[in-house]
Amino acid sequence: MAEIQIKNVAKRFGSYQALHDINLTIADQEFMVLLGASGCGKSTLLRIIAGLETQTEGEVWIGGRRIDHLPPRERGIAMVFQNYAVFPHLTVFENIGFGLRMQKLPNDEVKRRVERTAELMHIEQLLGRYSGELSGGQRQRVAVARALAMEPDVILMDEPLSNLDALLRLEMRAELKGVLAESNTTAIYVTHDQVEAMSLADRISVMHEGRIVQAATPVEVYRNPAERFVAGFIGNPPMNFLPAASADGGKWQVAGEIYDGPAAANGVEFAIRPEDIAPADTGLPAKVRLVEPLGAHLLVTCDVDGTMFRAILESDLQVKPGDMLKLAPQTDRIRWFDSSTSLAVA
Amino acid sequence: MTTVDTNPGTDTRKAGRFVYISAVVLLCAWVIVPLYFLLINTLSSPDTVNSFPKAFVPEFDLGSLSFFASFAGMLTALKNSVLVAGMTMIMSIVVGAPAGYALSRFDFRGKELFRLLILLTRAFPLPLLALPLAVMFIRTGLDDTVFGLALVHTTLAIPFAVLITFSLFSGIPLELEEAAWTLGCTRLTAFTKVVLPLILPGITASAIFAFVISWNEVFAAAVLTIENRTLTAFLLQNLDTSPLHLKFAGGFILVVPALIFIFAVRKYLFAMWGIANR
Ligand SMILES: Nc1ncnc2c1ncn2[C@@H]1O[C@H](COP(=O)(O)OP(=O)(O)O)[C@@H](O)[C@H]1O
Ligand SMILES: [Mg+2]
Repeated sequence: MAEIQIKNVAKRFGSYQALHDINLTIADQEFMVLLGASGCGKSTLLRIIAGLETQTEGEVWIGGRRIDHLPPRERGIAMVFQNYAVFPHLTVFENIGFGLRMQKLPNDEVKRRVERTAELMHIEQLLGRYSGELSGGQRQRVAVARALAMEPDVILMDEPLSNLDALLRLEMRAELKGVLAESNTTAIYVTHDQVEAMSLADRISVMHEGRIVQAATPVEVYRNPAERFVAGFIGNPPMNFLPAASADGGKWQVAGEIYDGPAAANGVEFAIRPEDIAPADTGLPAKVRLVEPLGAHLLVTCDVDGTMFRAILESDLQVKPGDMLKLAPQTDRIRWFDSSTSLAVA
Repeated sequence: MTTVDTNPGTDTRKAGRFVYISAVVLLCAWVIVPLYFLLINTLSSPDTVNSFPKAFVPEFDLGSLSFFASFAGMLTALKNSVLVAGMTMIMSIVVGAPAGYALSRFDFRGKELFRLLILLTRAFPLPLLALPLAVMFIRTGLDDTVFGLALVHTTLAIPFAVLITFSLFSGIPLELEEAAWTLGCTRLTAFTKVVLPLILPGITASAIFAFVISWNEVFAAAVLTIENRTLTAFLLQNLDTSPLHLKFAGGFILVVPALIFIFAVRKYLFAMWGIANR
C-alpha cells in the first residue's frame, strides 16, 4: 500500500515562493500527472516527494509513514529523470541492477530482475552496452527499467519523454502506460504536455504559479474546469470566454443572447469549448476572421461581440472570412466562471 | 593489361599521408632526440662525453651512474623527492578534491570570494614567505623534514587541485548523483560508486600535476632542508661544481622518474584528452 499524502507543503527559494500550501492525496496504484506550464513548480513538488529538495513547510507521507525527513534512499521511491541519468561508466545491465546491488541482493536475484525488467522494456539485447552507445530512446528505456527493477512503492517521473522526438514519444507513452498499469506502483508523472497528461493519467493535478488549481480525472478537468485558468489552459484550442451581463433570475445576456446561468453571483463569464458549438438559426452572432481546415474539422476563428472566439465545425461547412454566422452553444456544455474569483460557478 | 590508376585523388592522398607521417616523425624526434643524447652521454665514459665527434651508440659505461649511485646522499635525496612528491600528491588531492566538490555542488556565502582567494595564494611569491616559513618550521620542529617540505609543496599544489577538481565535478551532472541517491546510495556511496569512477582520470591527472609541481620545486626545498634534501635541491647544490659527464647523468636521473610516472598513467592522460574517452 503506497498512498501518498502531501500536507500543507510550501517551498521558498530565498524570497521566491515556488510552492504555496500544497495539499494532495494520491491513492495507492494511482497514476497521477502533475500538469502545468514551465516554472509552475512541478519539478519542485516532485523533488520534495523524492527527498532531493527539502520543503520549507508541510509534511509528506507515503503508505502511512511520514517520510519528509528521510533521505531519498529510505523513502521507497524510484525516479526517472528528464535527462535519463544513465550512469556512463556502467553497462546497461549494471545500470538496471545498480539499485539491487545497493540492496546487496544475491547475484542470481539481480540477474533475474534485471533480465525481467529489460525484457519488459524491450532492451534485453542492449544489456552489455554503455550509455554512450545508446540512442535517446534506448537510454530512456534503461532509465525506466532501472526504476522498475527496484520494484518501488512509488515511481516518480519528471518529464521523462520530453527529450524524445514526437513519434518516439507517442510510442513510449503507450508503452509506459501499459508497463506501469501492470506494476502495482503508485506513479507521479510530471509534464507540461496536456495530451500526454490526458492520455496517461488516472487523475491530473493542474498546477499554476505554485498552486494546485484542480486535481481530477482527465475528463473532469476537461469538462468541468475548476478555475478559469484550467479552462484556458486545457484543450487545444482552449475554452472560449465571453463577458456576461446579468438578466433576471439566473439568466445572463451573452452577446445579445440570453442563457440560463448561475442563480446568484456577482459578475460571471460565459465559457464554452470550441467543439461544443454548432451553426444554427439563432445563436451568438459571429463574424468569421479565419478558416483553418484541419482535415476532419474546420477551425474557425471569429469575432463575437468584440472578443476572439474559436469554433471547431464540420468540415463540409461552406464558410469564408467575412461571413456572418449564428453559433449555438450546446447548452449543457456551457460553463460559468466568477469574474472576481475566477472559480467555476454552477 | 594492368590497370593504370588515373585517379587524381590518390596523389593528394599520398601527399597528405607523407605530410602526416613527417609531422609524426618530427614530433617524436623533438621529444626523443634530446632524451637520447642525454641517455648516450649518461652511459658514456667521461672521456667520450668531453670528446668530439659524438657517438650515436651508447658505450654502456655505467661509470657516471654508478658514481651517482654511490655518491653520498644521492639515493637519500631520490628517496626524499619521491616521498615529498608522493605526500604532496596525496595531501593536495585529499584536501583539494573535497574543496572542489563543495565548490561545484553547494551554494554558500562567499563562494566566489573563496575561489578568488584560492587563486590569490599563487600570487604570493615564495621567496617572500621562505624566511618566515623557515623560522616557523624551526620553531615547530618541522624544518629539514620530508613532511614539512611536503606541507609547503601541498600549499603550492592545492590551488590547482581545487580548481581542476572543481571543473571536473562541475562537468558531472548532479542528476547522476541524485539518481544514485534514489537508488539506495548515501551521499558518500553515490560519490564513490558514481562520481569517483567518472572523475578518476581527471583526479589522476591532477595528482600527477601535484607530483610534478613538487618534483620540480627547488626553492623551498633548498631553503627548508639541509640534511633531507630532495633530488632537485641536492643536484642543484652539487651539479654546479661537477664535471660535464656527471651533469648529464644528474639530468638523466631527474628526467627518468617523471617519464616513468607519466608512462604509468598515460591511459588517464589520454582519457583526459578525449582520445580514449568512451
Ligand atoms: N534551486 C532553486 N533555486 C531558486 N529557484 C528555483 C530553484 N529550483 C527551482 N526554482 C524556481 O522555482 C520555480 C519552479 O521551478 P520548477 O519546479 O523547476 O518548475 P517546473 O518544473 O514546473 O518547470 C521556478 O521559477 C524556478 O526558477
Ligand atoms: Mg521541471
